[in-house]
Amino acid sequence: MTGAVTAPRASRGRIPEPALGVLGLALLVAVVEALPRLGLVDGRFLPPATAMLGELGHQLRLAEFWVAAGQTLGGWALGLALAVVAGVVVGVVIGGVGFLRAVTASTIEFLRPIPSVALIPLVVLVHGSRPESALVLVVYAAFWQVLVQVLYGVADVDPVVRDTARSYRFSRWTVVRAVVWPTALPYVVTGFRLAASVALILEVTAELIIGVPGLGRSIGVAQSSGAVTQTYALVIVVGLLGVAVNTSARFVERRALRWHTSVRRDL
Amino acid sequence: MTRRALVALGLPVVLVATWWVLSAGSTSFFWPPLSAIVAAFPTTWTADPIAHDVLPSLARLTAGYLVALVVGVAAGVAIGSDRVLRALCEPVLEFLRAIPPPVLVPVIALFAGYTGSTTKVVTIALGCLWPILLNTVEGVRSLDEVLRDTARSYRLGRLTTLRQVVLRGSSPRIAAGARQALSVGVILMVISELFGADRGLGAAVVRFQRGFAIPQMWTGIILLGLLGVALSGLFRLVEHRTLAWYRGLRQAEREV
Repeated sequence: MTGAVTAPRASRGRIPEPALGVLGLALLVAVVEALPRLGLVDGRFLPPATAMLGELGHQLRLAEFWVAAGQTLGGWALGLALAVVAGVVVGVVIGGVGFLRAVTASTIEFLRPIPSVALIPLVVLVHGSRPESALVLVVYAAFWQVLVQVLYGVADVDPVVRDTARSYRFSRWTVVRAVVWPTALPYVVTGFRLAASVALILEVTAELIIGVPGLGRSIGVAQSSGAVTQTYALVIVVGLLGVAVNTSARFVERRALRWHTSVRRDL
Repeated sequence: MTRRALVALGLPVVLVATWWVLSAGSTSFFWPPLSAIVAAFPTTWTADPIAHDVLPSLARLTAGYLVALVVGVAAGVAIGSDRVLRALCEPVLEFLRAIPPPVLVPVIALFAGYTGSTTKVVTIALGCLWPILLNTVEGVRSLDEVLRDTARSYRLGRLTTLRQVVLRGSSPRIAAGARQALSVGVILMVISELFGADRGLGAAVVRFQRGFAIPQMWTGIILLGLLGVALSGLFRLVEHRTLAWYRGLRQAEREV
């Protein structure tokens, strides 16, 4: 039935999709505004949306907020960079050598699903609530995302191209640069995109749970001191940060793969 | 066969042996000898902690995960099948998905405090929901139009179309989402137990850490690791069986 109803509507009044999206967001804000105003939800637990947004505006004028946001983003960027570099180097080396690939496969399959939060007690003992704690968790979680994608990418190299390069006596380095890297790049970029959002999650988690300075800790402090509106405002900020990370990672993906058939439109 | 086993087991055995040998004489407080950790295993995880820490944790994980699976697939099919609804929901879902799931804990704590199992199950379910929901939407959206039209031409009932065309066609994507959700679920299972004095696997590990029972803490970390590996193995088994047709299809496409 739904198919029959939507088909004519879609062809008739076609509201553009971005407008619908904005409408959806407006609806969300309206619902969050109405629930506490109408007394359906206790305002002490869920303040009206306008109060949250007002608090958000207030936060944006505070120096501490920007310090915390800087700490979160700094930790995220450093951890992500380390994980990407380590993942790419290890992935290209392991993936390029058949023997290493066979020998390490079981170990990687075993280490990868270990939840990074299992390491929390250990990093707390070793580093306490210093930024190093968050860094260890971020790098551990993001590294596997990159490594696994790079391994897929290196395995995807066309054997004919590889043999051609060998016939032409390309040096090992040239093979990596001219053959392996272009094939693996789409996978590397996918790994980067996955790692970017995982790294943000772990950074905020570490701040919230271990007390590493940053937005996550601010959320924890606001919640335990009963500043409900501020808690929500900061959660919204973290969500927007996540959206920004996802969007920019997708942008990087498109830029880095401009030449690739999956992005190019003219083929 | 023996060669394959050798290749698969070689490095893990070498790594564990290296850990064993390097840590053998260790007097470092944080890095006890592996022999001490292994020795602590049977005395730490006796019947009582298994009954009061491990099993409740697993029960909460299962409950939250299943709720997320049912709600996520149902909502995903509804949103994915309707263009207007999808466009309406997309930015909202993008935003909700981008909120790191552990941040939900303080928000849920506002409503009901953070004691008891229900809040933990809600945390796990809310975290697992987004990957499943968004992947289902994608899966339903990318369904073959011809298949849908064929189902309509043959006047398949709505339920049959849903089961045989929509759900089956999007099941590879749903499985991908469910796999992501599983690792999120394990993470949230642990994190939800770190708040409030309660029992559970995550709570136990932190209890050992706070009491400086280091070998016991290590056994907990290893147990969590084994749990993660076991769950991902179990998931792969289920996926292997339910998506057998899909692998066959891909294989056939590649051979053409």
